[in-house]
Amino acid sequence: MRIAFFSDIHGNREALDACLAHAERQRVDRMVFMGDLVGYGADPVYVVERVAREMEKGAVALLGNHDQAAALGQSDGMNEYARAAIEWTHQALDAASIDVIKTLPMSVTDEDRLYVHSEASSPHSWSYITDAQTAERSLRSTGARITLCGHVHRPQLYHMSPSKPPVFFLPQSSTPIPLMGNRKWLAVLGAVGQPRDQNPAAAYAILDTTLNEITYLRAAYNIEKAASKIHAAGLPQMLAARLFIGR
Amino acid sequence: MARQTLEVGSTIDGFLVGEKIHTGGMATLWRVTRPDIDTPIVMKVPTILEGDDPTVIVGFEMEMMILPRLVGKHVPKFYGIGDFARQPYVVMEYIQGYSLFSLIEKAPLPADEVAKIGVKVATALVDLHRQNVLHLDIKPSNIMIRDSGEAALIDFGLSRHLFLPDLLEEEFRVPMGTGPYIAPEQVMKNRSEPRSDIYSLGVLLYYLATNVRPFGLPQAQGQLKKRLWRDPVPPRKLVPNMPPWLQEAILRCLEVDPDDRYDTAAQLAFDLSHPDQIKLTARSQKLQRDSLPTSWKRWLKSKGSDSGPRQPRPQQTNLAPIIMVAVDFSDGQEALTEELRVNVKRVLATMPGVRIACVNVLKLNRLTITFTLDEEGRSIHVQRLVELKEWARPLGLDQERVTFHVLEHMDPAEALIEFASSNHVDQVVIGARASSTLRRFLGSVSSQVVARAGCTVTVVRAPRAIAEAEAEDEKMIDTG
Ligand SMILES: Nc1ncnc2c1ncn2[C@@H]1O[C@H](COP(=O)(O)OP(=O)(O)OP(=O)(O)O)[C@@H](O)[C@H]1O
Ligand SMILES: [Mg+2]
Repeated sequence: MRIAFFSDIHGNREALDACLAHAERQRVDRMVFMGDLVGYGADPVYVVERVAREMEKGAVALLGNHDQAAALGQSDGMNEYARAAIEWTHQALDAASIDVIKTLPMSVTDEDRLYVHSEASSPHSWSYITDAQTAERSLRSTGARITLCGHVHRPQLYHMSPSKPPVFFLPQSSTPIPLMGNRKWLAVLGAVGQPRDQNPAAAYAILDTTLNEITYLRAAYNIEKAASKIHAAGLPQMLAARLFIGR
Repeated sequence: MARQTLEVGSTIDGFLVGEKIHTGGMATLWRVTRPDIDTPIVMKVPTILEGDDPTVIVGFEMEMMILPRLVGKHVPKFYGIGDFARQPYVVMEYIQGYSLFSLIEKAPLPADEVAKIGVKVATALVDLHRQNVLHLDIKPSNIMIRDSGEAALIDFGLSRHLFLPDLLEEEFRVPMGTGPYIAPEQVMKNRSEPRSDIYSLGVLLYYLATNVRPFGLPQAQGQLKKRLWRDPVPPRKLVPNMPPWLQEAILRCLEVDPDDRYDTAAQLAFDLSHPDQIKLTARSQKLQRDSLPTSWKRWLKSKGSDSGPRQPRPQQTNLAPIIMVAVDFSDGQEALTEELRVNVKRVLATMPGVRIACVNVLKLNRLTITFTLDEEGRSIHVQRLVELKEWARPLGLDQERVTFHVLEHMDPAEALIEFASSNHVDQVVIGARASSTLRRFLGSVSSQVVARAGCTVTVVRAPRAIAEAEAEDEKMIDTG
């Protein structure tokens, strides 16, 4: 089975559509939306509706910190840009979208895999995985052979054999990576809607459970359009500018 | 880890186990069969003993990761891997031929035989490196020579795929490799340098040519480091009749700094196939090891050299390509040969590591098949070489970066395509003469090369020829 994972869409309609079209050409059997559907981008309602439609067809979706904050209108502890975006998004979301968000789970276990938006040892703390140490905390907290998460907006891959600390690997786009046997794997996905690895193309990944391979992928999308909508919505300029440079 | 005991007659995943053909430190090999596979195949199974060295297990994981991704005749064809939790194994083609290990007892071998082996192994490395895999354990027992003549590399237990996680890196605190063959940077735990394989091949060629291992049989880690500062005895000291070009090639492979070695396996293969074109430097003349003060300075420097894992660098072949320029000296082609030179200059400006092979084909016709043997033929050949050198002179290339080849052939396109493929040429630059209707129908040399060469081909036209081509096109429209 081929499963596509989309994380951190952040209300970016153009990026989501580009990834879904790209994934369709890769013959995927299932989709998992890894949280942060909204926040930052100008099309939160479109994104939630689109994901809800995929859920009706069997897709899985998780809750992200921005989804939670936008649904509740609570942005405590966030930086000024994020807070402005959350307040704007809270206003923009309709009741139906908020209902969808409220049904989203924090994590899902699927065979030997765990899906969670942020660091798995304490999903409600919304911690970031940025190095081997934070990856180890996540990996040690679960029995799952493969953990997939997002939240950091930078593609990373960690592998850990039973008696050793995990090792970082920077995945190369479009190269299938075998998730070999005797160890655990933590795949941190890049962002669909707001990449921060200096590559502005929308990021997602496909896991082939038969071949036991994960492939990190990039899809080009119309950044100008997404950015101009952010301007038009009166959201902070910086949220548009960063899309062009992927930071 | 659960294990089954393998024995003759047992079956795993449809593979029927036959005789055991090898018991090594790391693995055992069994002949196996499966009804749907009609070539001889073998199953490699790790020897996993309780409390054993984890390198065995991780090395086997690497082999299971890398072998299925490799293709081509320079590796064993892959047929299957076993589930790690149940019974790890890889099934691959049984390579019919001989192991280079068996050649060691015949050492010292004559220079031309050493070069021939060098070309075969370097060619296998070109193929492997182009698939983004570094072998990192090149030594006689890991190289087979097929009955058909090509070298096939086996045993990918220490290998690394540049785009896949390196399960061995950081996992172990000691350098991984085989004592006599390991490259200095591998001793310093860098596992992302393609030129490490060139170094190990240099050790192998040294050994074959002299019957002496350049760095002995080191037993402890400290002894491995010695190669960072102490240079080997120049092979010509051991084998006085060794030609200087072979010492040049071998010692260049054995340079401590990878930047001082051949940039790519393709360049090494190229040099060993054209020994007369190897640029001889002080390396070729050395008959003594470096003085102790020189070694001592290197020792001091090696103390400070940084060590540890590296992220892979961009592929070496892209930075140091071999470019073949086909130059035609027929009358009336001056503008075209000039334009060829302009194009080569552009390439040189952007790629300092590039090598240029200047090629001219001396066309033979059927009737003068013995052409090369007579006096006149030889003088034409020499004349062409002189013209090639003259053509290249304005490029101001160092002798190390340019070679000259006059090929004698009845079919120029065939000769060029053959040369490009057997010399691992990355790009062909070829001129197209002014088009003519006749040429279009018959197919020009350049169009044949474009159609059939396995690499990038740049077709160069003289500026004037464009106008002529337009006039020609108009004529065709008029008459057509
Ligand atoms: N595909 C093959 N076809 C033919 N012979 C092979 C093949 N693979 C391995 N061999 C033979 O078996 C030997 C050992 O194989 P290999 O090097 O892969 O295992 P190893 O674990 O490194 O063993 P060792 O510890 O003895 O080096 C080789 O030197 C070669 O003679
Ligand atoms: Mg071996």
